[in-house]
Amino acid sequence: MAGPRIDVSIEHKNLPEQSQDEKKHPNTCPSCGSHYRDDELERNLRVCEHCGYHFPVRARERVTQLVDEGTFEEEAAELRSEDPLGFFDLRPYTERIAEAEVSTGLGDAMIIGGAAIESEACELAVMDFAFMGGSMGSVVGEKLSRAAESAVERKVPLVAVTASGGARMQEGILSLMQLPKTVCAVEDLRDARCGFVSVMTHPTTAGVLASFASLGDVIVSEPGALLAFTGPRVVQQTTREKLPDDFGLAESNLRFGHLDAIVPRGELRPFLGRVLRLFSNGR
Amino acid sequence: MAGEAERHLRERLNRLRGLPLLRGTRLSGELERLQKQLDRIEAEPSDEEIWRSVELARHSQRPYTLDYVERLFEDFVELHGDRARAEDPALVTGLARFQGKTIAVIGQQKGRDINERTRRNFGMPHPEGYRKGMRLMEIAQRHGFPIATFLDSPGAYPGVAAEQHGQGGAIARSQALLARLTVPIVACIIGEGNSGGAIAIGLVDRVLMQENAIYSVITPEGCAAILWRDAGEARKAAAAFKPDAVHCLELGVIDEIVKEPTGGAHLNPDEAARLLGSALGRTLDELGAVPGDDLRNRRRERYRRVGIYSARAVEPALQPGS
Repeated sequence: MAGPRIDVSIEHKNLPEQSQDEKKHPNTCPSCGSHYRDDELERNLRVCEHCGYHFPVRARERVTQLVDEGTFEEEAAELRSEDPLGFFDLRPYTERIAEAEVSTGLGDAMIIGGAAIESEACELAVMDFAFMGGSMGSVVGEKLSRAAESAVERKVPLVAVTASGGARMQEGILSLMQLPKTVCAVEDLRDARCGFVSVMTHPTTAGVLASFASLGDVIVSEPGALLAFTGPRVVQQTTREKLPDDFGLAESNLRFGHLDAIVPRGELRPFLGRVLRLFSNGR
Repeated sequence: MAGEAERHLRERLNRLRGLPLLRGTRLSGELERLQKQLDRIEAEPSDEEIWRSVELARHSQRPYTLDYVERLFEDFVELHGDRARAEDPALVTGLARFQGKTIAVIGQQKGRDINERTRRNFGMPHPEGYRKGMRLMEIAQRHGFPIATFLDSPGAYPGVAAEQHGQGGAIARSQALLARLTVPIVACIIGEGNSGGAIAIGLVDRVLMQENAIYSVITPEGCAAILWRDAGEARKAAAAFKPDAVHCLELGVIDEIVKEPTGGAHLNPDEAARLLGSALGRTLDELGAVPGDDLRNRRRERYRRVGIYSARAVEPALQPGS
């Protein structure tokens, strides 16, 4: 835990609210204002030492955090989105994809592969919110399906770590079809009696929440994660309802019975290890 | 309007044609691809035609689920309640007779006047509605009844209680149950089939779509609000994500376009029902001949194949840090 930290929380508290266009540095804690060097954050699994806020984690770093060193073997890395509709809103979809590829170094918003967590073999599917908001298009749907097939083939459980704004609108109706596609993949997994652990991280919303992410045998989340079919802004705008303070958050989801547990990031690896061992013992 | 997409492509095409051929093969591939896209655009419904579908699909006089139930089925018995919390009038379920045999019916239901619209929540179900639907699916499975679903919803209801009662999970589990059934399931898209709210009852063996219905991942207004940051750009959004029946058929997402009376289903609901009924009957006859396990396997296979993507190695130049 120890290590140098530049704590600027007091100064921040006394400053007027930042204007929206003035973006905070990504390594500044939005909750308490503490600021970290990147290596400090990485060492602490991107959790604020001061207040426990969970910063977003990129997919590759998440894999490193969770799996036994050197065990991750990526699959289907070559899959790339196409532009079936010739879609463009303010910019062409192809341009958005190319830009996301360059800025994230990923082929799409999910990476999959075989791995071991605390010596338990499993298949891993991890989403990356930095790639077009973690949106699910044809590639994410296909990768989740392949991950399920790979799990069935090797008779190991599947662990999915989600972070997504929902279906990728730029692929139109095909993105909606990824909901039933991933649901069917989970059903195949169940038929083969492979376990499925769903780890919902901030944010897991809309199309991903309404498909495979909600179908885990065990569903857990990280503290403070937004898990909602419709986000608070849209709910507020459409219904004019007064929203509870913890609307859609993991804590609220746990209370209403949609989650098995909230697991802080530092405990996630041992937690998954324990669950995976229980599933493999039952076989 | 049709112009914008087309103009953009033509511009790019011309620009590319004018470029000195530095990397010949790739460029000519790109030219060919763009030309193909242009040809396709010319052969397809124009932006105006797409928007007309959007308007007709949401026409206030368009027949709703119960209008078809009344015209297509006999001895309809509506079943209410999810047996846990509530009755959701935005999604109707029941048993009826179709061509002499019992059929389970599940569909979103909008209201005709302001009172009914409010009562039906504009056809936007809560999780309780989907759970009621799942009750019907279980009954159908137990007794071997085929299922007809009717998709006509702006989306699942985006409210506080809906979230608290598990909207996302209910939609996911409704699909999961459909993926397990061994009875024939046919979806009829009769108005607007939007987002998770529609797909919750849309994981099926065959999808029939009326010619003026729309099927999409989000409402045009919702898409415009997110991508254009202006809900007023709904026309542009619809033109971009192409929710019309012709495009859905082309993408392999639906199986058949069902004709409507000239001018739209609302001008002659009886005729619209006759056309839909004959397509439904024919489809159920076909599916009825298939053994249950095969039905389920083919259903899963159908969704296993859906999607358009390519395979390409990561270009080393794109890897950060290299």
